[in-house]
Amino acid sequence: MAIPENKLAFEGGWQYSPAPESIDHINLKTKYDLYIGGEFVAPESGRYFDTVNPATEECIAKVADANEADVDKAVKAARKAYNGAWSKMKAAERGKYIFRIARIMQERAREFAAIESLDGGKPIRESRDIDIPLAAAHFFYYAGWADKLEYAFPGRKVKPLGVAGQVIPWNFPLLMASWKIAPALACGNTVVLKPAETTPLTAMKLAEAIADAGLPPGVVNIVTGAGQTGAAIVTHPGVQKVAFTGSTKVGRIIQKALAGTNKKYTLELGGKAANIVFADAAIDQAVEGIVNGIFFNQGHVCCAGSRLLVQESVADEVVQKLKDRMDTLIVGDPLDKNTDIGAINSPMQLEKIESYLEIGQQEGGVMHQSSCALPDKGYWCRPTIFTGVSQSNRVVQEEIFGPVLAIQTFRTLDEAVSKANNTPYGLSGGIWTDKGAKIFKMTQKIRAGVIWANTFNKFDPTSPFGGYKESGFGREGGLHGLDAYLNLEA
Amino acid sequence: MNLSAINVPSRMPDLSTGSRIDEVGINERVARFQSRSIKTASKVEALRLVLSMIDLTTLEGQDTAGKVGQLCQKAIHLHDAIPGLPHVAAVCVYPTMVGVARQALEGHDIKVASVATAFPSGMASLAVKLDDTKVAVEQGANEIDMVISRGAFLQGEYGRVFDEIATVKDACGDAHLKVILETGELGTLDRVQGASMLAMHAGADFIKTSTGKIQPAATMQVTLVMLQAIKDFYCKTGRMVGMKPAGGISKAKLAIHYLVMLRETLGNAWMTPEWFRFGASSLANDVLMQLMKQATGVYQSADYFSKD
Repeated sequence: MAIPENKLAFEGGWQYSPAPESIDHINLKTKYDLYIGGEFVAPESGRYFDTVNPATEECIAKVADANEADVDKAVKAARKAYNGAWSKMKAAERGKYIFRIARIMQERAREFAAIESLDGGKPIRESRDIDIPLAAAHFFYYAGWADKLEYAFPGRKVKPLGVAGQVIPWNFPLLMASWKIAPALACGNTVVLKPAETTPLTAMKLAEAIADAGLPPGVVNIVTGAGQTGAAIVTHPGVQKVAFTGSTKVGRIIQKALAGTNKKYTLELGGKAANIVFADAAIDQAVEGIVNGIFFNQGHVCCAGSRLLVQESVADEVVQKLKDRMDTLIVGDPLDKNTDIGAINSPMQLEKIESYLEIGQQEGGVMHQSSCALPDKGYWCRPTIFTGVSQSNRVVQEEIFGPVLAIQTFRTLDEAVSKANNTPYGLSGGIWTDKGAKIFKMTQKIRAGVIWANTFNKFDPTSPFGGYKESGFGREGGLHGLDAYLNLEA
Repeated sequence: MNLSAINVPSRMPDLSTGSRIDEVGINERVARFQSRSIKTASKVEALRLVLSMIDLTTLEGQDTAGKVGQLCQKAIHLHDAIPGLPHVAAVCVYPTMVGVARQALEGHDIKVASVATAFPSGMASLAVKLDDTKVAVEQGANEIDMVISRGAFLQGEYGRVFDEIATVKDACGDAHLKVILETGELGTLDRVQGASMLAMHAGADFIKTSTGKIQPAATMQVTLVMLQAIKDFYCKTGRMVGMKPAGGISKAKLAIHYLVMLRETLGNAWMTPEWFRFGASSLANDVLMQLMKQATGVYQSADYFSKD
């Protein structure tokens, strides 16, 4: 199809009035201590840091900064709980506790969602419809496995590992906490978890939910802090298992630190996924998939479809439709129910994204951004696409972790495969075609842990998730996710 | 070969390769439209816009001059308790009632639309369909709502359907032509897309989902596919085509979802009665009830609003 000459206009006219989610119902303290041994305790360090609302740049609460002594206390509490009540308890009873956490999360879903958007900047539509329901679903799913582990691995003896040290990122705070805690508990381990320093609040609300669920003290311990705190957990000799989700850079450091120890570990790291659109795809729905692939959660998604490979005969049409769709995306107040793209999580991340916008243009890429208005305060980035970029460009190679899409074209299926795989990452991918056979052919050839066909960014607790190459190893979710928290003996 | 010539309207589009609409994707997009929260000022603006886009309809075998006369009065006086309300876009009747409606609406800027071409089944010879159309136009219809021959379309006789639409368009003269696809009988979204393209290339001024006599009538899914077809047609040819979902839209909230869909698919140029209509009989009163609620803060009894 030729380049469409007649453009649609989305500016002006009927506008949606503000529809903010109320925050009158949420219950936040001004200061959060560490959750260790079933109690909220002040940090040994005596220090607290601010957690900031990225949409207003205002401090929401003060949060404890745990040092090595605090982490040591948490690990000891976890070990005590492991040796005590938790490992003596019947598996079915363990399951009941996990079910109870899931139900409390559902009951408090509205509060969790509002706090997630306040603290992290993601649109309330996503935290309400995706993050919180999925987080609860993980607890429900793994609760069911607790007393059925021997059926998951027939013929093997299953044993828990002990204390799991878990470090999670800021892009899906509560969801990542659930991905980590639920399987660990189901398998009979105890937990020391550290949420990211920019998004600690829903983890602390989860601590309250866990306390209310009546879990034996020390089964789950939540310590807040930055990189130093995470390092203290990872290197603590009392930790038998490390689970990390975050950047490939930090993943490398962790792998080095763990080399030569007998700690079991899983790493879920970065990605630079290709969304591959063939000419025979349902084009309008593919465009929607591209939008969901890269602009979901401001592009702060490790499995984001941050590269678009589009077959050349439909490239102009797809790009024009994408631009039209971008003009209807609403960027702004994360708590507004009509917001599509919320605030960038932190000034550091915004700076990083903006540096890539510079780099992309210097490399000769053609940058296009939607024309939407941005709020005065807070950290914002318009949805952005680059055309005219190639494999050798940094915006094509490196993970930007923002709402920035690099678009390339291809002619043949083999070229698409070659370009898609030409990356150090291998976390996810997307294929858009009307032909089933082509889907299977592609999924065999693309080196990525998750490949979506005619959809993107779909998650389910029953489905394993994890990467190839520098996107990490180990699988979370599903039956595979149990493996990471068990010793399997013959 | 001159590639641009292919895109000239009134040439038949190639439907042999079929279209590709992904139903799962359509459902997801529709769900996003439905999750938009339309409140306060934007809600009032939307409700007034919905009123102005209504084709107030009566298409019953039992229709009489008296019934149509009442409908026209309703079209003029939607709810005089609220001053400054817009009037509906048109009244939609059978050809035999066009004269009655024309007379009743004398002096008012409300269009008379008439179904024609052996509505609702379309099971008649072309000559009969053309006569049907001409009678309606002669009686003063501003708009003709024709039905396509679904049997022919489903059998793959696209040429016959195309020619029929083009011939009826000629018979319409200055009257606008709305082409009813009767999507409830087409079965798949791919066919809805194909029929939309066929109708637009054959000269349709509007494409319309349903007669209202077949279930399912208008759905958001079907309307989205048609809006996207209108967009593709506009981008290729530069000609705007209107859209009319009809049947099954009786609640204000649903109508507002349609407006959200319209705005985010085709943009502002289509947000007028000139390019978008609701074919409905009971929608107006629910919209009026919502407008009163917005003005007074309380819902009134349905008995405060005239039925017809």
